[in-house]
Amino acid sequence: MRVTVTVNGERRTADDVWEGESLLHVLRERLGLPGSKNACEQGECGSCTVYLDGVTCCACLVAAGQADGREVTTVESLGDAEALHPLQRAFVDAGAVQCGFCTPGLLVAAHDLLARDPDPEDSDIREALAGNLCRCTGYEKIIDAVHLAAERMAAPADGGAR
Amino acid sequence: MEFLSPATLDEALAAKAAHRDAVPIMGGTDVMVELNFDRRRPDVLLDLTRVTELREWDVVDGHVRLGAGVTYARVVDELGGHLPGLALASRTVGSPQIRNRGTVGGNLGAASPAGDAHPPLLAAFAEVELASAGGVRRVPAAEFYTGVKRHAGADDELVTAVWVPTATGPQQFSKIGTRNAMVIAVAAFALALHPEERRVGTGIGSAAPTPRRAREAEDLLAGELDWEGRGALRETVAAEFGRLVAAAADPIDDVRGTAAYRRHALGVMARRCLGWAWAEQQDRHREGGH
Repeated sequence: MRVTVTVNGERRTADDVWEGESLLHVLRERLGLPGSKNACEQGECGSCTVYLDGVTCCACLVAAGQADGREVTTVESLGDAEALHPLQRAFVDAGAVQCGFCTPGLLVAAHDLLARDPDPEDSDIREALAGNLCRCTGYEKIIDAVHLAAERMAAPADGGAR
Repeated sequence: MEFLSPATLDEALAAKAAHRDAVPIMGGTDVMVELNFDRRRPDVLLDLTRVTELREWDVVDGHVRLGAGVTYARVVDELGGHLPGLALASRTVGSPQIRNRGTVGGNLGAASPAGDAHPPLLAAFAEVELASAGGVRRVPAAEFYTGVKRHAGADDELVTAVWVPTATGPQQFSKIGTRNAMVIAVAAFALALHPEERRVGTGIGSAAPTPRRAREAEDLLAGELDWEGRGALRETVAAEFGRLVAAAADPIDDVRGTAAYRRHALGVMARRCLGWAWAEQQDRHREGGH
């Protein structure tokens, strides 16, 4: 089947998509967007977190056909090596990245949190990131990074590029 | 495999009539796992996410008619007042990402004994709406679950809504798992007090082949509670309630826990839920000026 999705503002089409295929597979294997990671394939780990029509979800649990005609925003839209998003910068600065496999999903989930709550408490961060597993950091640095990003985004003069 | 994506309920019901083995998919939190792991290869996937009628809820005749496609996130945000028990349970489902996609209708369609929505629906005396091209019927939740991952719907029917009486008394929910997120319940319990009818509703999850009520425990409480709400809860009543809830379960040993642990946990959860609910009932009476 043919699936057309607006990904990060750009209309993209994939052909010969298997009807049981996940949005994650389409993004990674057909549209050349490997930022969303494929880990558990059962919604447990959050490594494939993307926005679908503005709402976060695990791309591995969305059938490709369900995303047809819809808007998907992936971690690739946040920033790149030349212009990191303040969240990405904060993850680097706070040491919230070790192997990095969970990081894209955490960034999207944290991005969603800060859009709703620009100054979250620890408990809000833990709750918002409860669906994202990290097996390296023990989470403390990740929570630090979200606080750091929130501070910098509240005072952009100190935060560098947006 | 065929992928059908009807835009209206009529189209969806016609598709189900034409493809009786079609697997309905909403949030995908169960169905996609089975596809990703090659556990299921249905001939037809019936995507219901575009059927707008399923995504609505309304208050009708003292009930919330909750469309099968309303997500847990929306139950938490929008229905805490009308359906406190279901909202509490929805709050414990998976993670934000899962609650954003998963639906109560999907929980019913999957009919897993561990589904988080089932205990509060049982306790609230909810009815499941099943529709086919030939008509609509309602089945009490207690009769809906017929076996492990089996329900009373026919193969040409879709779960289109659940009718839940709006709460007239306190409702509580408790769930045991290894952490507070991303947990399939080891055991779960829901309690609803229905003061206007002087009845008690219960729901047991993850501790029998199907979600089920603890009817003897319900009858005991309905008879023993001081419905005027002034009296303290007698400890002997709470203990007997817990014992009867545990006795109503039929748990097994599995990877998540032992039968003995589940039974014990149910007794504890039942007593706690009762304590919380009764404290709320007394508060309501004080605030109500009785």
